[in-house]
Amino acid sequence: MRELNTLTAHELIALLNIGDISPIDICKGVLDAIKNKDAKLNALVHFDENKVFERVNALAKKDGTKALWGIPIFIKDNICVRDELTTCSSKILDGFCPPYNATVIDKLSQNGAVLMGKTNMDEFAFGSSTETSCYGTTRNPWDLERIPGGSSGGAAACVAADEAIFALGSDTGGSIRQPASLCGVVGLKPTYGRVSRYGLIAFASSLDQIGPVTKDVEDAALLLKVISGHDSMDSTSVNKPVPDYPSLIKRDVKALKIGIPRQYFIEGLDAEVKDSMREAIKRIEDMGCVCEDMDLPHTEFAVSVYYLVATAEASSNLARFDGVQYGLRSKQAKSFIDMYKKTRQIGFGDEAKRRIILGTFALSSGYYDAYYLRALKVRTLIKRDFEDAFKEFDAIITPTSPTPAFRIGEKTQDPLTMYLSDIFTISANLAGIPGVSVPCGFTRDNLPIGLQILGSPFDEETILRIAYNYEQNTDWHKKRPKI
Amino acid sequence: MAITKDTVKYVANLARIELTEKELSHFTGQLDRILDYVHKLKTLDVARLEPTSHVLEMKNIYREDKVKQSLPPSEVMKNAPAKEKDLFKVQKIV
Amino acid sequence: MTYETVIGLEVHLQLKTESKAFCGCSTDFGAPPNTQVCPVCLGFPGSLPVLNRQALILAAKVAISLNCQIAKLIRFDRKNYYYPDLPKAYQISQYSQPLSQHGCLPVLVDGKEKRIKITRVHLEEDTGKLFHQSSYSLIDFNRCGIPLLEIVSEPDINSPDEAYMYLRSLKSVLEYIDVSDCNMEEGSLRCDANISIRKAGSKELGVKTEIKNMNSFRAVKTALEYEEKRQIESLEKGERIVQETRLYDADSGITESMRSKEEAHDYRYFPEPDLVPFNFEDAFLKDIENRMPELPLALKKRLMAEYSISDYDARCIVGDKNMALYFEKCVSIYKKPKEIANWLMGDISAYIKEHDLTINDLDLKTEHFVGMLKMIDSGLISGKIAKSLLIDMIQTKKDPCALVKEKGLEQISDEGEIENIVKEVILENPKSVGDLKSGKENAIMFLVGKVMAKTKGKANPKKVNEMLRKKI
Repeated sequence: MRELNTLTAHELIALLNIGDISPIDICKGVLDAIKNKDAKLNALVHFDENKVFERVNALAKKDGTKALWGIPIFIKDNICVRDELTTCSSKILDGFCPPYNATVIDKLSQNGAVLMGKTNMDEFAFGSSTETSCYGTTRNPWDLERIPGGSSGGAAACVAADEAIFALGSDTGGSIRQPASLCGVVGLKPTYGRVSRYGLIAFASSLDQIGPVTKDVEDAALLLKVISGHDSMDSTSVNKPVPDYPSLIKRDVKALKIGIPRQYFIEGLDAEVKDSMREAIKRIEDMGCVCEDMDLPHTEFAVSVYYLVATAEASSNLARFDGVQYGLRSKQAKSFIDMYKKTRQIGFGDEAKRRIILGTFALSSGYYDAYYLRALKVRTLIKRDFEDAFKEFDAIITPTSPTPAFRIGEKTQDPLTMYLSDIFTISANLAGIPGVSVPCGFTRDNLPIGLQILGSPFDEETILRIAYNYEQNTDWHKKRPKI
Repeated sequence: MAITKDTVKYVANLARIELTEKELSHFTGQLDRILDYVHKLKTLDVARLEPTSHVLEMKNIYREDKVKQSLPPSEVMKNAPAKEKDLFKVQKIV
Repeated sequence: MTYETVIGLEVHLQLKTESKAFCGCSTDFGAPPNTQVCPVCLGFPGSLPVLNRQALILAAKVAISLNCQIAKLIRFDRKNYYYPDLPKAYQISQYSQPLSQHGCLPVLVDGKEKRIKITRVHLEEDTGKLFHQSSYSLIDFNRCGIPLLEIVSEPDINSPDEAYMYLRSLKSVLEYIDVSDCNMEEGSLRCDANISIRKAGSKELGVKTEIKNMNSFRAVKTALEYEEKRQIESLEKGERIVQETRLYDADSGITESMRSKEEAHDYRYFPEPDLVPFNFEDAFLKDIENRMPELPLALKKRLMAEYSISDYDARCIVGDKNMALYFEKCVSIYKKPKEIANWLMGDISAYIKEHDLTINDLDLKTEHFVGMLKMIDSGLISGKIAKSLLIDMIQTKKDPCALVKEKGLEQISDEGEIENIVKEVILENPKSVGDLKSGKENAIMFLVGKVMAKTKGKANPKKVNEMLRKKI
């Protein structure tokens, strides 16, 4: 039998159901993998083996309502877990243990999942490479000299390396899909409002969503079903019934109409990524879908809109980190204003400072109309592009990232180049639509390539169905890095 | 120049972040490049467009006026960098 | 040179909800520090606000009572600034699409009604409370997140006295709709003022100062009087007024510049992404309107029509919600509105004012008060006796019949007894008797007074008058 840590959640559930294994066996398998690999990857940030055993031993008895009973899960470090370190991989939240759970954490616990620990991320999810973490860079398990993508780089890396069964990430501009693509795993950003944001430490409140990082599409469907649903604690959580994704995605995809946006096949798109895409499209057509070139005319403005809107919201969301109630406080300060400035100077890394300053600028008097307001108006155009597209198409297929994983340090000196690596994922957040990245090939250097499938709002089912059928027709998701 | 050092200094102060002279120059250059890129938005006519601050067309989400259990003070204060009894402590505010 | 004073007032009003504006914490006043807080009102990371519907209903009531136009669609915005009592470093407030605008409040100025325009009424959240120690400050967040209304007047107010009257009228209206404790000492009602001076007749506004830290309506008046004088003196000396925030010191009665290094504010308002817009559907608004209590203006009109009391009396009565309630309760058991009004506006109001009480504080049973009036009407006691009886009633809480018996205050109804005293007085005051005979009418009042004194006020002066004339 394969090692338990290499299995998917649905495979483990099947084994648990026939009584072949116990939750403790799974945890032991995962813990062994962590011991062997994480020193090289640095995917995990807050992790306590003893607590994991405590939680497994405290598991309530198995019953039919607990969809994830006994399955270990890792959580991105920006999702609050009661009495556990939750730091957004930032010095400014040093030592912070929230006295409350995120709603998704309560849902996982109610479903019998075992919380393992926290995964590394770009500081406050500001980044596409997990290089801005205060705990150091996470490495890509396919090539330790390369970045895993970001900001949920820790989550994608630990799942790809079989240090985890699956994980929860968060996606504001591609932070689940891009690392999933670069690490060769599945990553899903749900529709805005599908999953409660309560307890997710906000980066950009109008864009953030929590979503699964998994080894295959079925697990993504399984996890999505558990974490979705209305939450009265989140005013932006939508009250719509949650479909039974795991069974619905197994239906066929015949005659689905899929759009291929011309604007995504641009200069700067890596040739190998392009080739993989072409092959994937052919495969999808073979499955019975109809693929057609189409336009999303305002795509080229997405990055600009995103970096104004997201940073504006972030500048306000991160204003609360001032050293008054929790986290770091500078001891050098003489006055309270000084305390703010010094605490934030030593607590935030460069990228956080840069984004806070950019966002503050975009909102400040005299610049608001030219930057923030204009960005919101162009956001309307981008949203409309998708509304129009989904009148005609059931889904849209694009590359997830224009390039495979780049080298550590390659883009850190040039923030704009780094921002442009989100170019294909950002629009989904601006429009609020769901998107999933699935493995669709490898470069000659054995780096994973991801395919992004975008859908209309609250139609996760269709994009997961396409992804599932594609996965059934390919083996990409079965390849694992040797580490 | 899309942004000057003085503006960055002003904005950093608004955001209550102290910057060293080196950081100031460094950030000004980087932000200038980013804003320069962002200026492509100016090529669009946005006069007749409504802003989208939120993608959801939801309205009237509220709760009823019911008191819920507050946090116990021990939980409220457990992360406090400085405190006196159950009050948060900060530098003197003039 | 003559000057014109221009004042605008900004009132903050805590709404009387059970729970806070965006979370379920209690709003009770006076709880131990940081016991009525949760991740939401503490602004802990990851927490999210959910609007309390009742806060919106109370806010709408205020807007309606101030004749404001309520917007169809309202939104919340974030007002960004750093201060230790503001845990998120932004306040959820309303900026671009506030609850309501363009209202007005009728205020009595020099006996005439003046309509002071209200710019806007919007909903926001209160901040925490700071306690300043000698070398550090402490923060209690219990107050943080309590729904707060901001009521902004136009710069329509032209004197400190008018400002005082505006606040009195505002409080009176707010009491009718029962949305707030309106207690300045406990901070459920707070007021900041903007004041500037310009040459009389000038169209341009002068440079204004903002005055803070006033904790009573009187303090607002005194602070504005001081500031008005200060600004005029500065202008006379040819100095320029500096736009600044000044703190009022109640002990010295003066305002002082905060002189802080506080830079110009740049609040960077933007739509609060954690909340969705609220659409006032017609039915919802109608329902609030239907449940509105009678407001002072309507009540005044009704009282005048129903009870034929004067405009002045009606206005005075409705000036205090509880006085109006008391009035109507009295009238319901004794149909003599004019007399009731006279007593309420006369002796009772005087007593209240003298002892700094309210009508409710008096704890004067309507049955007792009306019982007293009935005794006057039936001639059992004199009006003069009633004045002291009223005070006895208030102080002893006893039934007026019992008091009258106890103290022997009944009017002397035995004509023989009065006649004897009248005879005595005629004999003792021959000069006045002569004056009266020679046509000096004033003399009668003197003689009546003498009789009243001898009977300790228990005689009926009208009867004494008649008797004196008969005998002389």
